[in-house]
Amino acid sequence: MDFGLIAQYLANGILLGTMYALVAVGFTLFFGVLDVIKFSHGDVLMLGTFIGFTAWLGLEAIGIVNPWIQLVGVLLCSLAGTALIGAAIANWLILPLKKAPQLNTLLITLMLGTAIREAVRLFYPNGSNPKAFPALLPDASVEIGSFALRADSVILVISGLALIGALNLVINRTRLGLAIRAVAQDEETARTMGINYTLVVLATFAIGSGVAAFAGIMNGLYYNEINFGMGLILGLIGFSAAIIGGLGNLYGAILGGFLFAGLQVIGAALLPFASAYKDVFAFAVVIALMAWKPTGLIPERSSDRV
Amino acid sequence: MKFNTGNGLRRIVFTLGATAGLLVATGAQAKDTVELGFIGPLTGGVSSMGLGGRNSAELAVKLRNADPDSKYHYELVALDDECKPNVGVQVATKMATDRKVIGTIAHYCSAVAMGTVDVYHRFGLPATVWGAVLPDITYGNDYPEITRVNGTMINQNEKAAQFMTGLGYKTFAIIHDTTDYGKGHNKYLSQFLAQDGAEVVGTFGVTSDQQDFTAELTQVKALNPDVVVYAGLTPGGVRVRQQMEKLGIEAVFEGVSGIKSDAFFEGLGGDLAEGTVTFLEGAPAEKLPGGAYFLKEYNAAGYDSPPEAYGPFAFAAMDLLIDAVETTGPDRKAVVDYMSKVKEHDSITGPITFDDHGQNTVALITAYVAQGGKWVVWEDSDYAKGTLSLVAPK
Repeated sequence: MDFGLIAQYLANGILLGTMYALVAVGFTLFFGVLDVIKFSHGDVLMLGTFIGFTAWLGLEAIGIVNPWIQLVGVLLCSLAGTALIGAAIANWLILPLKKAPQLNTLLITLMLGTAIREAVRLFYPNGSNPKAFPALLPDASVEIGSFALRADSVILVISGLALIGALNLVINRTRLGLAIRAVAQDEETARTMGINYTLVVLATFAIGSGVAAFAGIMNGLYYNEINFGMGLILGLIGFSAAIIGGLGNLYGAILGGFLFAGLQVIGAALLPFASAYKDVFAFAVVIALMAWKPTGLIPERSSDRV
Repeated sequence: MKFNTGNGLRRIVFTLGATAGLLVATGAQAKDTVELGFIGPLTGGVSSMGLGGRNSAELAVKLRNADPDSKYHYELVALDDECKPNVGVQVATKMATDRKVIGTIAHYCSAVAMGTVDVYHRFGLPATVWGAVLPDITYGNDYPEITRVNGTMINQNEKAAQFMTGLGYKTFAIIHDTTDYGKGHNKYLSQFLAQDGAEVVGTFGVTSDQQDFTAELTQVKALNPDVVVYAGLTPGGVRVRQQMEKLGIEAVFEGVSGIKSDAFFEGLGGDLAEGTVTFLEGAPAEKLPGGAYFLKEYNAAGYDSPPEAYGPFAFAAMDLLIDAVETTGPDRKAVVDYMSKVKEHDSITGPITFDDHGQNTVALITAYVAQGGKWVVWEDSDYAKGTLSLVAPK
């Protein structure tokens, strides 16, 4: 196998890994502060992408065609909108169920995800068809042998990694991050120390959902195509990534995201059998890893959760 | 079975039994109502095809109802199979167990039709396929209930292989989804390509809802084929074409009947669709024997979505079914009998003749190329005239 081919696989794996990590981070944040699994995460991501797409259609309609201004507009609308939706879900669906068995939260978010997905399919104009997402990033590419390195992929990966880095700073270096960590560690004590518990939970869900919306926009910009079902598999993969990394651990989520992308690429590129089985292979390895390390590769310690 | 009865007699009949009573009650009206079914994907990724088919079938019913000479009043029962085999079996069972439904036209998705033919057979419901192209739907069983007005993928791929090798293309990479539809296309296309002296350099099975094809396409790029074939439906076709561009693959993109939809252009946008080649049974609506009439009526009916590629077949299938009921009366067995003897039956898609498996023997296949944001019949395109050209063979 020549260098170009390996480089192409690697580039693809890094891009997918960044995207998966961004989704996994949300799962891990939510689990950290509330001990809940929010199964609608992938569909909220899809909704965020459609908000961004709609914003783009709006910008086109009022005659703003500069791709950079469009990109900023799309990102602002999508991230802000999705953050609001995430906070709303936490406020009206997840917090009220806090005293109920955890299965109820799981079920309600699962149903919410289906409701969002079907709603977009049925009520978005022509929602059941794939939509052409605009290519707002420069499409220049450098050919190194048989390897085509595209400018948009590079920008996407760098901004994705930057977002993860920024998130890490927020969690570890700011007062909000301190509050999130305090709530994650011990809700009761955090409350007695004067931390506004509800606000912290809502902020966490807003951040997690906003990050997922970024992953969705990234997905749209990379594939130039979005559809109502895109959140389903991304959500599932993000969830698996968070679990193998160690649910509740930010670094675990990132590790898990890249690991899963790596497994998919290996499954498709190196294994002798048909690439149709690459997801089977990736998920089978995840199962094996979970059997080996049930608490994830970087196990959560109660003292440094999130 | 029409009786004009007075109220006194009707009261007596009602005491005999509800069923008999209903028959008499409806008989008192001008025309009996006959329910006919339509099943197709009305939601989901390929719903544009399903809606086009549904509208076309509905149009056939409307036009017949408007005809004062028709013996019955027809009502369409449209159900959604979502292009999912499990849902398809459910709705097919619902349709087949509803004794009021005399016959149905069914399915755009081959995988769904494969699951439901047994249901129609078990309940004796005449079902005419209007869009699914897998040969086994008619040839894989001996069910007299199952007929099909459109051609199969065998004819389609024979033409596809001849056509592409005729243009000088020698090496092909095939990406197919792992449903019966994708696998069937892969099988027949590979077979006919080999017969025509071309080489399939790589075959990749992918799941039908796969988002990322970079890994497969990276290998395709290394194999450097003349043509990349995607055997699957529109959403996958859009993604493969999109990602070929990302990886800088220089090759002709060839699809199968499943991507010949207007949604292909909506999903791809820009110029990426340009130069995509695909094949479809029959001919474009406007070139069909009754096409002008069909399009005129369809447009007049004011539907908000186009008939899409298989609309004319859905129209023809429904029209044939209505003809059957007109001739034999609303009886499932009689309709099945009628269908087994259909020969040179006039339809807007040309004469329909069913062979002993209920398969229409028309083998008219048309090649299309994407030009300027729409599908153009190859012979009418600027590509055939030489003013535009596809990616040259290597």
